[in-house]
Amino acid sequence: MKVTQPKPQARNTLSRRQFLTDTGHAACSVGLIGLGLGMYGQQSVVHATQALRPPGALDEEHFLGACVRCGLCVEDCPYDTLKLGRLFDPVTTGTPYFDARKVPCEMCDDIPCVKACPTGALDPELTDIDQSRMGLAVLIDRENCLNMQGLRCDVCYRVCPLIDKAITLTMLRNPRTGVHAIFEPVVHSDACTGCGKCEHACVLEEAAIKVFPHNLAKGELGAHYRWGWKEKEKAGEALVPDIIDLPDRRPELEGLPINGMPPLGGNSGKGGF
Amino acid sequence: MSKGNRVLTGEQMPGAEAVRTKGWFLAWRWLLARRVSQISIMGLFLLGPLADLWWIKGNLSSSLVLNTVPLTDPFLLLQTLAAGHLPVTTALLGALFVLGFYAMLGGRIFCSWVCPVNVVTDTAGWLRRRLDIRKTSKLSRSMRFWMLGMALLVPGLTGYLVWELVNPVSLLHRGLIFGMGMGWTLILGIFLFDLFVSRRGWCGHLCPMGAFYNLLGSVAEKTGVSLIKVNAKDRSRCNDCMDCFAVCPEPQVIKPALKGKGSPVIIASDCTQCGRCIDVCAQEVFHYNTRFAQFDATTSTGSSEYATNYKAEK
Repeated sequence: MKVTQPKPQARNTLSRRQFLTDTGHAACSVGLIGLGLGMYGQQSVVHATQALRPPGALDEEHFLGACVRCGLCVEDCPYDTLKLGRLFDPVTTGTPYFDARKVPCEMCDDIPCVKACPTGALDPELTDIDQSRMGLAVLIDRENCLNMQGLRCDVCYRVCPLIDKAITLTMLRNPRTGVHAIFEPVVHSDACTGCGKCEHACVLEEAAIKVFPHNLAKGELGAHYRWGWKEKEKAGEALVPDIIDLPDRRPELEGLPINGMPPLGGNSGKGGF
Repeated sequence: MSKGNRVLTGEQMPGAEAVRTKGWFLAWRWLLARRVSQISIMGLFLLGPLADLWWIKGNLSSSLVLNTVPLTDPFLLLQTLAAGHLPVTTALLGALFVLGFYAMLGGRIFCSWVCPVNVVTDTAGWLRRRLDIRKTSKLSRSMRFWMLGMALLVPGLTGYLVWELVNPVSLLHRGLIFGMGMGWTLILGIFLFDLFVSRRGWCGHLCPMGAFYNLLGSVAEKTGVSLIKVNAKDRSRCNDCMDCFAVCPEPQVIKPALKGKGSPVIIASDCTQCGRCIDVCAQEVFHYNTRFAQFDATTSTGSSEYATNYKAEK
């Protein structure tokens, strides 16, 4: 009567072991897949600089979490500007982008791509296309730009939808001839939308002016840094009341010329802070 | 029976008996219906780009029907939520529509009637039978739930939708509309994986999208909103030919309904409701039943033994 039943117990142990092995197997395999995907994803976050996002796109980090890769923006783009990234393309699989050199953004007034987005990855707050910031045009090759050689190409300036705001021409002296002018195309980041019409229109074999994502095209001041003249303008007066005339300092080597200069008069050199 | 590596003739394939007794059409009709469904859905999405008829825009991930009704894949929406993005109402509403639809029709009906990858893996499964390839690497069927967990966890850690980098379901559907690029390599990979490495490896073991619809079907079944099920209501006629087990992508779901003492309804949420078991059964054991017809089924059968069991379980 006291005979224990080892059989079911043994089977139990076995199935528990089996369960743990199976679970471990599944968890480890999937964990590895997850790690691989994470790494692949990390790489695809840094996409080709020439792949520009549609107007209103959230910053790249948030965009990749918000875009569901449905292609509605692509299908609603009337100019076939937008494309969806394919596997192994230099942009995250399935996300919309455009290559300005091929087809630039025509900056539709009603922004159909933003309206089409079901998730808000293209920010529905954007209602004025002039406020979009798809990238920033940069005159990257000044050596080959025809205007910079003193020729009057001006094409990038002429095609700019925000002519005289986003691109202006600055007149410089042409040192090569000494008598002519150079009209330098200058891009202003407060107006440039990054539509890419300038890059598209550049007459060179490879465009001298290109649109880059903002993080590449723009520098950023340190948070503590202030432009003195702007602060002065804001305050209405100079923030430093008077020029403090600090005493000049010099080594205490009486009578010896420093770098061939005679000793300065009128100061003993013992002053200072 | 030889030990594999021979080519079966049509006569030796599962379902041959059904063709003889029921005729070709009845032995293939649900597979045909599913292909028509899959191709029509694909076709509707292609009408826009190809014929400029924009009845439906977008792709399976998110779409807009007749410029009014939004549809969004709820699994994809979950991924964006996991990544920390709260989508605008369009996507939320669209996901609700899709959730409701598949909850009512049975979750994994997506897999067999809509998903384009199903055509690929079904073909691999068929070729595997035809070439009599028996060797298979056994994967755990719970692996897909781990995959689902991973697909939702990693976006939380990294902020981007890692699964959507490679998700073959959205990749194939999107690729057919917007261009595949190198995406076909992945689809070919899945085909070869199912053919040579693991029987029904992708859809039956790994796909997290299937796992999501599986869970949805399970919840729908428990809350009693799912409408359509496969029912082995004439199981007393079963002659143990095993053809249904041979063609079923999730054979484990058949046994409780066909050989068990309980309900003959296949309630397991693994079931994709593809209806291949109905097609290949020469004895006409299986039927699609609506939720409402299930009650009639208990009286319309000759087997009183299971009818009582079925009632008892209800």
